[in-house]
Amino acid sequence: MKGIFNYIDRPSPIHELTGAAKLVCLLLWSFAAMSTYDTRMLIVLPVLSFMLFAVSKIRLRDVSFILTFTVVIMVLNNLLIFLFSPQHGVQIYGTKHVLFTITGRYVVTQEQLLYHLNLVLKYLSTIPIVLLFVCTTNPSEFAASLNRIGVPYSIAYAVALALRYIPDIQMQYHEISQAQQARGIEMSRKESLIKRLRAAAAILVPLILSSMDRIEVISNAMELRGFGKHKKRTWYMGRPFRAGDFAAVGLGILLLAAALVLNHLNGGRFWNPFV
Amino acid sequence: MSQDKERELLLEFSHFGFKYKAQAEPTLHDISLKMYKGEKILIAGPSGCGKSTLASCINGLIPFSYRGEMTGSCKIKGKETSQMSLFEISRTVGTVLQDSDAQFIGLTVAEDIAFAPENDCLGEPDLHQLVKRTADLVGIGTHLSNAPGALSGGQKQRVSLAGVMVGDVDLLLFDEPLANLDPATGKVAVELIDEIREKTGAGVVIIEHRLEDVLHRKVDRIILMNEGRITADMTPDELLCSMLLKENGIREPLYLTALKYAGVRVTPEKCPGGIRTLSLTEEDREKVRSWFRNESGTEAAQEGRVMLEAEDISFAYGNGRQALDKVSVRIREGEMLAIVGTNGAGKSTFSKVVCGFETPGSGTIRFGGSAGWMGLSIKERADHIGYVMQSPNQMISQIMIRDEVALGLRKRGFDEEEINRRVEKVLRICGLWPFRSWPISALSFGQKKRVTIAAILALEPEMIILDEPTAGQDYRHYTEIMEFLKDLRDNGYTVVMITHDMHLMLEYADRCIVFHDGKVIADRSSAGVLTDPELVARANLKETSLYDLAKMCGIGDAEAFAKHFISYERTQVRR
Amino acid sequence: MKNSPVKTIVAIGIGAALFFVLGRFVAIPSPVPNTNISTQYGLLAFMAALFGPIAGALIGLIGHALIDFSYGWGIWWSWVIASACFGCLMGLISKKLKLADGEFGSKGFIGFNVCQIICHVLAWGVVAPVLDILIYAEPANKVFVQGLVGGASNIVTTAIIGSILCAAYAGSRPKSGSLSKDN
Repeated sequence: MKGIFNYIDRPSPIHELTGAAKLVCLLLWSFAAMSTYDTRMLIVLPVLSFMLFAVSKIRLRDVSFILTFTVVIMVLNNLLIFLFSPQHGVQIYGTKHVLFTITGRYVVTQEQLLYHLNLVLKYLSTIPIVLLFVCTTNPSEFAASLNRIGVPYSIAYAVALALRYIPDIQMQYHEISQAQQARGIEMSRKESLIKRLRAAAAILVPLILSSMDRIEVISNAMELRGFGKHKKRTWYMGRPFRAGDFAAVGLGILLLAAALVLNHLNGGRFWNPFV
Repeated sequence: MSQDKERELLLEFSHFGFKYKAQAEPTLHDISLKMYKGEKILIAGPSGCGKSTLASCINGLIPFSYRGEMTGSCKIKGKETSQMSLFEISRTVGTVLQDSDAQFIGLTVAEDIAFAPENDCLGEPDLHQLVKRTADLVGIGTHLSNAPGALSGGQKQRVSLAGVMVGDVDLLLFDEPLANLDPATGKVAVELIDEIREKTGAGVVIIEHRLEDVLHRKVDRIILMNEGRITADMTPDELLCSMLLKENGIREPLYLTALKYAGVRVTPEKCPGGIRTLSLTEEDREKVRSWFRNESGTEAAQEGRVMLEAEDISFAYGNGRQALDKVSVRIREGEMLAIVGTNGAGKSTFSKVVCGFETPGSGTIRFGGSAGWMGLSIKERADHIGYVMQSPNQMISQIMIRDEVALGLRKRGFDEEEINRRVEKVLRICGLWPFRSWPISALSFGQKKRVTIAAILALEPEMIILDEPTAGQDYRHYTEIMEFLKDLRDNGYTVVMITHDMHLMLEYADRCIVFHDGKVIADRSSAGVLTDPELVARANLKETSLYDLAKMCGIGDAEAFAKHFISYERTQVRR
Repeated sequence: MKNSPVKTIVAIGIGAALFFVLGRFVAIPSPVPNTNISTQYGLLAFMAALFGPIAGALIGLIGHALIDFSYGWGIWWSWVIASACFGCLMGLISKKLKLADGEFGSKGFIGFNVCQIICHVLAWGVVAPVLDILIYAEPANKVFVQGLVGGASNIVTTAIIGSILCAAYAGSRPKSGSLSKDN
């Protein structure tokens, strides 16, 4: 059951960092990656994240399943974009350097290829770093981290509750679905779509209604143990910031600043080598 | 009662009543009750008697979470609860809820124990020390970083206890602490509660209808409730000599029932409050022996055709845990069989393999002599073996009873006429015919359970497997469900029950298969299992008190004694 | 029925956990190969109608973000925010449904479905594609078609699963009124 978030407990400098610092760094990093289309910056980010991977002692093998899955999605998304808008690059960069023509409007240009390269680099700039965060951050630290970066503690605790009850609900779903299958409820392709959805509902109704009862009991349990008593609360898993944590936050700030500066110098989000 | 003045009054109800906002009638009437620091009291009563509502009044959920009208007074440490806040009350009263999965809100043991002090803004390093100290106190200190999924039911309960004790409360309130535990773990839980009380001096209130199990350790007083009123408030010794338990729908300890059948006059002087304190005169012992000798009408077990034959079944989960190890089981037609063992012993996995939910690594299962069973899908197997989950809420997906029962038939494409015929038939068998046009929400828990059984029976299986058919039920509902299952058996169904309940095994199972660590370690009569100390210890069961009584009276064959008790009860007492 | 703040928090946590489990493990194969139909929006519509806009928004936000995190796709902010918007809007405009009081008749059914269609159109036809364009500079025609296809499929699942959930929940609430046995 512990496999959903893929936390891999290995001693490494990245593991040592507090969850809050990693979360801040991740957020700044992803804002940086999101905001810029400067190809040079988008090359630096993946290189940096692969270096961090090496430091964290997480091996590519540990995350290979997720990576393959993402590559498939990435390829599909690129194909879709080309299908819908083969001249998107031309629109963005304002020039047209034709390489070859496939058919009709499907003309391959240098601009379009650069745009696709940017897209691929964007995936590579965010996905490895998110995986790194997930693999090196104990889920228990997550709620405390959210609270530390300013999310109200009640909402941070809602996240903790979600993490706590996902395995329970998953197991319950599994059991209910087996018992309902025995009664003849199937979600396979053999049935029509509407029938499949109705079958899903026959499994989800008991699952969700019993969860509604559970909400009541859990909230009683929490109130009886003083949840919501004060405006603040402490966290067992909270840790004080150390030098490494400040460095991680600093790195995030640096990256975002670099992205913003580049956007300013480029006069837009795109770095245009064609003019 | 002269020492009352010296002791601190923890809890005081006087002429207290409560009516929920949504209800027309009050749930509690005229409750007057006092409790002192260090006392241990048991509140017992049938479902719906108001004991859970009383618990909510003690821990402050009433009036702070459930709205309604209060009359009279309810004081904690001399203060009216309505004048306090929920947080103030929770500083004095710690509640361990029945559902330890719902109470376990942290991601790990340590975080859960830390929950209350976190809310009190306790900082480092005190927080870690406090958690460690409290965890050690309840014996869970070596599991601090475990997730709830990696703990047993008993361990989760220890965590719940630690989670409320961490606040240094004066009163511990346990709401049905034994409901989800196997017998041996339940016994340990009762011992743990006692130990904690001795160490901390806190008062303890236990709400439970399983009287005999709680009385494993001494309680000071038993409060009996029925229909929202307190019907008795006396010591266990006094109460057990009266007829009050029966009148209030509570099962009395088996040894006591046996003594009464034997014609022994039970008086408070004989300390009947626990089997350990019980002292019998030689005359009494002779009475028990002669009652045992008088009757020796043990029925010969009927040997039916072998219906299900599992041979050398092995199964391992994805994480490598060997859940079943060369298990061989035979189930005969028309049998009523109990499968017992701790959580994780393999009993649920075995039934899943039989129903096709899991595919065994090796071994074969034959049904009705045919080896084709292994090739059948889950759905096809369900035409022969029906599986009923523990809680009806996990199965019911329709609003109307008729639709729920017809669901499996519609999915199998029967025509409406056949569906109507079968639905009518099973609704009559299950005693639900008068309710056929009702929505399921209007039914009681026991009736809902019957709806799920009816929905399975509609597929006309030859055998049904029930997971904990009576979990959480009081004596009346337990008897109702079990008598119904017995009727089914008498109608020719084969009934297999997966259970922790020793009374159920003893009273209703013809035979008992004991699982331990993925293996079958015993296959014999329930009376035999529950009077075999070695087997009982291995399988996390608990000896029936009939065993102790037999020993006490110098009866060597405890198994025969227990069997005699059951057949006496069946033939002489009921009907 | 007014929910206590703690109960709302728990509803958000459990709702997000359910959203996650449905999104990741309850995949219904769709007619288009390699794509699945998201059952979780039926749940989200139901929870939002029951617990209001804040709970709806946060269940969508947390549930969807957790799904993305578990896949390692970064945080696909545009779609995460669209899920949150759907939950929030649904909570806002389905206020009039009195599910907790056990009411879900044909009027409730129509109301619920009109609400969910409007909310899905806004979330997937406007919010998600606009954010995709702003954040990822993707071509407009592609993201609008994607949003509309996703929105249409979500409308169908919500119509079936959400309505069944509402009816089942309303049916399970205690109602006043007398029932008599038929003999």
